[in-house]
Formats: sequence, C-alpha cells, structure tokens
Amino acid sequence: MAVGAMDSRATITPIQVSEGYWRGVARRLSRDPVAMVALAIIVALVLMAVFAPYLAPGDPIKGSMLRRLKPIGTPGYPLGADELGRDMLSRLIYGARLSLFMGVTPVLAAFALGSALGIFAGYVGGAINTAIMRTIDVFYAFPSVLLAVALSGALGAGLTNALVSLTIVFIPPITRVAESVTTQVRNRDYVEAARASGAHGFTIVRVHVLGNVLSPIFVYATSLISVSMILASGLSFLGLGVRPPEPEWGLMLNTLRTAIYVSPLVAALPGVMIFITSISFNLFSDGLRTAMDVRT
Amino acid sequence: MKDVPHDPRDRGGPRQPLLSVNRLIKHFPVNKGLLGRSKTVVRAVDGVDFDLLKGETLGIVGESGCGKSTTARLLMHLIPPDHGEIVFDGESVGHDLPLPDYRRQVQMVFQDSYASLNPRLTIEDSIAFAPRVHGVPRREALGRAHDLLARVGLEPSRFAGRYPHELSGGQRQRINIARALALEPRLVILDEAVSALDKSVEAQVLNLLLDLKEAFGLTYIFISHDLNVVRFMADRVMVMYLGKVAEIGSAQQVFAQPSHPYSAALLASMPAMDPDARTETAPLYGDPPNPINPPSGCRFHTRCGSVASVCSQVEPALEDAASGQRVACLMRQPGSGHPAAMPALEVA
Amino acid sequence: MNDAAPMIDIRDLTVTFTGGRKPVHAVNGVTLSVQRGEVVALLGESGSGKSVTLRSLLNMHPKHRSRLNGSVIAAGQDVLKLSGRALADYRGRVASMIFQEPLLALDPVYTVGAQIVEAIRRHEKATLAVAQARALALLQKVRIPSPERRLQAFPHEMSGGMRQRAMIALALACNPQILLADEPTTALDATVQIQILLLLRELQRELGLTVILVTHDIGVAVEVADRVAVMYAGRIVETGPVREIIRNPRHPYTQGLLASRAHDAMSGARLDAIPGAPPDLAALPPGCAFAPRCRFSAAACLAEAPGSVAVGPQHSARCLRLAELAAA
Repeated sequence: MAVGAMDSRATITPIQVSEGYWRGVARRLSRDPVAMVALAIIVALVLMAVFAPYLAPGDPIKGSMLRRLKPIGTPGYPLGADELGRDMLSRLIYGARLSLFMGVTPVLAAFALGSALGIFAGYVGGAINTAIMRTIDVFYAFPSVLLAVALSGALGAGLTNALVSLTIVFIPPITRVAESVTTQVRNRDYVEAARASGAHGFTIVRVHVLGNVLSPIFVYATSLISVSMILASGLSFLGLGVRPPEPEWGLMLNTLRTAIYVSPLVAALPGVMIFITSISFNLFSDGLRTAMDVRT
Repeated sequence: MKDVPHDPRDRGGPRQPLLSVNRLIKHFPVNKGLLGRSKTVVRAVDGVDFDLLKGETLGIVGESGCGKSTTARLLMHLIPPDHGEIVFDGESVGHDLPLPDYRRQVQMVFQDSYASLNPRLTIEDSIAFAPRVHGVPRREALGRAHDLLARVGLEPSRFAGRYPHELSGGQRQRINIARALALEPRLVILDEAVSALDKSVEAQVLNLLLDLKEAFGLTYIFISHDLNVVRFMADRVMVMYLGKVAEIGSAQQVFAQPSHPYSAALLASMPAMDPDARTETAPLYGDPPNPINPPSGCRFHTRCGSVASVCSQVEPALEDAASGQRVACLMRQPGSGHPAAMPALEVA
Repeated sequence: MNDAAPMIDIRDLTVTFTGGRKPVHAVNGVTLSVQRGEVVALLGESGSGKSVTLRSLLNMHPKHRSRLNGSVIAAGQDVLKLSGRALADYRGRVASMIFQEPLLALDPVYTVGAQIVEAIRRHEKATLAVAQARALALLQKVRIPSPERRLQAFPHEMSGGMRQRAMIALALACNPQILLADEPTTALDATVQIQILLLLRELQRELGLTVILVTHDIGVAVEVADRVAVMYAGRIVETGPVREIIRNPRHPYTQGLLASRAHDAMSGARLDAIPGAPPDLAALPPGCAFAPRCRFSAAACLAEAPGSVAVGPQHSARCLRLAELAAA
C-alpha cells in the first residue's frame, strides 16, 4: 500500500535546472532597448549623485553677485549661473542627491508599509479587509498634492517631515494595488490546493502569495518614483521641503522662477532634469512590467 | 465491493464507507443594491447526502449550476458548509477527526492545470510543498517529489527543475496529480481534471489515474460534465440537478436504465456516435433554471416530460428505487400522488 | 458562378504567425472544397489549425502579424484579396461566423434586437421598421421563446443557450450563403448542446446553407456533418464522408483518436491512448507531423510529408503506409 510504496530514497537525482525566474526577467529586460536606455540614465543619475564632489566643477552653494544669471555657455560656467550667481552645473549635479533621495525614499517606505497592509487585507478578506480598505479610501478623497502639502504643513517644514508626509501620501495607492493583486492570487487554484494540503496562512502567504504579488506591486511602486520627485519638488517649491541654499531641483525651479523672463533657458534646466529622471523611471518600470510577464 | 488491499490507516474495515456525507448545504448570499445584504441566496448545494465506499470511484455528473464543484470544495473544506456533516472512515470531520488530519487524507486535482500551479515555484518545489508543510525534511520531500514525478510518467531529471509555463497542459495535469499524491491521501477528488485536455492526451491521463488508483489503493470522486468519461471511470454515479441529488446508483445501472427523468434526458443528450442514428429531437428544451430561485417541489418539474400537478408541490426525497438506485422522483415513490407512481404499499 | 463550382474552395492555404519570437506554422497546406449546401466538420485538437483555417475564410488574420499563402475562394470571391468595403460586404452577407463564447462575441451594451437591426441596416437599405420586423422573425426562426421581449434583452440577461441562439440569429441576419461555426457548443451544457446542434441542422436544411463547423468533439461532427476533415499540425490528414471516417478510418491518427475514446471502452480497462503530445508548430518535423507518435511509422515517414491519396469515393488520407496498413 501507499505508505510503504512511497518511501523515498534519500538521494536526489541530479536534475536539469531551468533558468531561474529573475534571470529570465533580466534576459527579457536586456532585450528591451527603451528600458535599457532608461536604466542607463537612472544609473548615470545615481552615479552623478554619489560622485557629485568629484564631478562638479564648482561650489554649489557659494555665489557671486557678479555672476548672476550668466547665460548658458559662459566660459567656466557651461550651464550658466543662477539668480545668486551660483554655478548651475554644480548645483544640478549636487541637486541629484536630494532629488533622487526624496523621490526614492518615500516610495520605498510606502512600498514596505503599503504592501504589508494590502497583502494582509487581501489575504484575510472579509470585515477586516473592508475596515482597512475603507480607511484607506478616506485618504483617497484628497488629491495627492493637497494631501502632501497639508501633511507637510501640519508636521512643519523640513526634510524629514516632507519624507514622512510623502510616505503617507503613497501608502494608500500601494495598499490598494497590493490588496487587489493579493485578492486575485488568493483565489487561484494553487492557493486553494495549498490550503487543501493543510498549510497555514503564514506559510501560504510566504510561499505562494508573496512571490506572485510583490513584483506587480514593486512595478507599480517604481512608477510612483517620478510622482514622488515631482511632489517633493513641489513641497520644496512651497518652502515645505528642502530649504535654501541646499541644491534640490524643485527648490531651484522655485527660486529661478523670478528669473524666467531674464534667463529662461537657465531657469528651465532643473525642470528638464526632473523630466528626464521621472520619464526614465516610468519607462524602466514599463519595461520591467513586460519582462516580468512569464508567458512572453 | 472491490477487494481493497489493507491500509494501516483503515479504521472501520473495508465495508465502512470511506466518506459519508449527510445533508450538506451551502447557500451563497447574493449582494444586491447599494447597501447589499439582501436575502437572495444561490442554493448551490441544498441537502446532498451520499456514501463513498472504500476503493470505489464515484462519478458526479450534472450541468452548470448543479453544485458539483461546490460539493467538491465543501468536501475539501475549502469553503465551510452552512449545514451538514462529513464522516470520514467513521469519524466526524472537525469533531472526532481534526481538520488537518482529514486534509492529509483527502486531496484534490483542479480543472485548470495552469492556475493550479504556482508559476514561481519549480515543479519539484510545488510537489514537495505539502510534505514540507507537514514537517518532512526538505531533502526527503524532494526525493518523494522525484519518485512521484516518475510515477506520473515524467522523467524527474528532465522535469523537476522546470517551471509550469514550460510544460504542456497534459504534463501540468500530471504534475497536479503528483502534487495531490504527495501527502499519500486515501481519497482524491478530481474536479473536471481531464476536461481541459485534448482528447489524445485525456486518454493518457485517464489511464494514469487508473494505474495510480491501483498502485496506491486510492478512492476517487470523479467530477465531470463528460458522461462518456464518467461511464469509463466510475463504479457508481451521482447525478445532480440544481443543488440536489437526482439519482445515485451503480454506473452500469444508471447508464443502462436511468431512473430519474433528468438522468435519462442527460444521457439522451449525448451526441450519437452513429451517423445513421443521429439524435432527432432534443430531450429537453431550454437551459437549466437559475439556482438563485429554484422551482418549487421537484426542481426538475419545469423541464420534465412526465410532470404532474403534484410535482410542483411535493419535493421528492432521495429514496431506494426498485432498480437498486436511489432516486429523487415522485414517479418512483409509491403513493406519492404522481399518476405514474404505484399506489402506496400496505404496511404489512 | 455556376452550380457545379464548389461554394468554398481552399487551395494550398498556409498561415504563419510572425508576431512571436519564432514563426508559428499554424496551417501548412490545406486544400478543401465544399459544395453548396454541404456541411463539413473540421475535427482536430488544439493547435491543429482548424480555427485558423476557419478564420481565413473571413480574412480575419491581422495583416502585420500573419503571412497567408494559397487561395481561398468562397462564393466566387477571392477572399484573401478582399479588403475595406468589399471585405465588410462579404462578411455577414456571403459568409458569417458564430463563436464558442457568445458573451464575448455579442456587444454587451446593446440589446440583442439593436444588434441584429444594426447588422441588417449596415448591409442593406432597409427601413428601421423592416429591419425590426426581420429581427423578430430571426429570433422566431432560432426558436427563442417570447421573441418580442427578447429583442429588448441585453446579452448578459440571457442564459447560455439563449445567447447562442441569439448569435445564430445575428449571423443569419443578412441571409449569408455560408455559415462558419467555431466550436459553437463547446461552452454549453449537454442538454443545451444537443438543442443547438439540432437547430443548426434544421436551419442548414431550411436555408440551404453551406456550413463549416470546427470542433474537437467527434460526437458533434457526427450529429451535424456530411463530411469530416481531420486536422493535425496544420494539415488535413484525412477527409471523407462521416460514415467512412467513423467506420473505416484510414489514417493512423484518426484511428488513434477513435480508439482512445472512453465512449465504448470497457469500464476499468485501459484506453488505447495515442502516446506523446502534438508537435511544436514553431519547429515542425520535416516528414509526417504525426510520425513521432505513430505506431506504424517507418524511416520514410520521417523524411517526407506524405501527399493526399484517395482511398475511396470522396475519401482520402495523407499517409505513406496506407497500402501496407490496409493489407495488414
């Protein structure tokens, strides 16, 4: 009978191993030219931020009234100078540090908290799900910009408070996505089969749910990085985030605003940086989503 | 009664049913309107009882909405029943027999071979998951997975390390079967397990199921809409209609001489295999009614060719019929008031 | 067009899908002619090319992702050369199609009546009242109970069988000569399936339709078809009158399909299953595509693809070893 017949040999035959999941994703991603260009730009921006002191030709803080609003192409100031006569190129390079930090950190924090909340709500279901999701909906009632400004204002100006308020802004959408993918996965037959084999909730979530929900949530979260950067810039612009004279693209855009008629090209430069960065993150996350689809 | 090899887990002996289901009921609420909570329910399973003997294959047939898949999920305790008792080898599930112990002995194979495998796990990890949950060390669980792969006809060295999307539907269904067997269950519920497969592959999987049943002394519940396949696989057949059992009996009997008019109509609806004896009239008209609001009395009376006035008033119970089946039809119940029924027998 | 010419004439049709990484050879040289008023079943498993062949008859394959060769003549028109207005006129008026899942084929936001009326008025200059009267008559023709009320129903309000009837009514709205049916009863319950098959048979007789029906179920083919074409890996491996195919199958694949059915097997015995699985359409073997699974295959089978050999009146098969198998 079965019990005897199925005694296993303790040896495991050597097997042909398929390409792992992430290796497959990397292979498919590497064949997507748009995603690779976006990734290259992101890497370049990160390197720029890390090695800013070596790359920047000048001091990003020290200005000179003599150099105010020098146009692009001025010798020694390839990208001109800002309204206080600070070297634009150096400020843009240094600005990548805070801008990227303010773009990525709140999203990562919200990814961790929102995923946990959403996966819990989605897996448990029922009244607990309803309670969590309706609470989340309350935050949805406010436009994200307004919410970020209100929270930041309430917490008080400053970098940390800006990060906290941005994190709170991103938790609801991530929770919602996490809840919906988890609800889908929870109803798949393989989860039913796992329940039927007597596995407990925690094991099922760890083995069968996480692997299948984290990547779609992550892809969604990466698409929020650009939003986060823009919101962070907005907070700085309103004086709620980074404070002058720190270089940060959003804040630079704000302070150069007054010079837009005098030196429009220089004034637009921080905006161009924000645009390039956010579109790179968006294109990369699109590519990632496609590459993660196993059946392509 | 088949000759079943002795299983040390067998408690009640070969003649005690492996599974006894008593008055199983499951109604799903239907939310309507803004505030929901209306009283409308889908009567998916509405009082089902049957016995499953050790070593037999019970086929469950019926059309969409008849409750066959809900019955399978209730038997697996994937959804809690509203009412009813499941007795496994003499022990009431959830009372005498704790649910985890029951689940080790009952496993299920689903219709959709792709949806029932975790796309992120390799084949060996999928099969080894259940034993690992039950505390088998990883190495041993993987060894068992490789043995099972070989038993379902997939060479372990070629398949163990692969992912579900790299395999064909037939191969995936073999893996689902291997996964179901990993806990060494006594009962396997096959819910439309071959329905999505191509015919030439279906035959291979049916043969495999027969081989495994013999090798492991399994008992099957075989749910399918394909009557040909059920006739081939099943020892006994249960015909369901709108959440109720219409008829249950030996496969031979039910297929040769159906006692319930619905079973007869279902059989007559099978396409003829003889070009010179094509079906000329459809046995039934229209679709099965909605289980949200099933007809009163006998649920089949709205489509039955032998309907009498009593049929819309009296709900027939499942009773032993003369032919050896158990049938829920007033025509087979003496004294029911149906013109085709025999008069009531005098109690001697 | 004279009466002797076949209604449908497919010659050496090949369809290759080029959208993926590797080209997929879905149809590999199908030749089939169907007489006016004839019902032909294309029988095969998933990936046999039966649905792709059927869709070619309405020129439905996306141009940029598929490559079609050969010719498809239907009611005297060269279908593969039609485009734009001419193609729109051809679809629905000359040939129309019914699908496996009517819920996907019918538009969810319009009532059944509105969809039929719209189909009629798109092809003909009928007044609204005339079109509405015809829609009502069509619903009566497909035996939908209380048709007046059903004209106002949305597809989701109907049961599966009623929806399939409504789709048949829609397909017949412009009096086509050719009806193409793609697994029309696969999604239906047994008791409903037989009703739809009988309805198709009746309508075919009454209207003299030429029908090509795609199915994986031999039983369905037997119920409605005059002739069966068995497909495997994008080729018709055997074609003949339905009686001949059932009683005297000549190709080993057809024989295998018939032998492996649970239909009349002894309960508990083992089925005579065909081993292996259908070939990958992106990497077809050079010879007979069935040879790797065939118990009669010889070295020659792997080398060259067999041509079609007549084995009886209207009955032909593609197998190199026909003569030897018949003698055995």
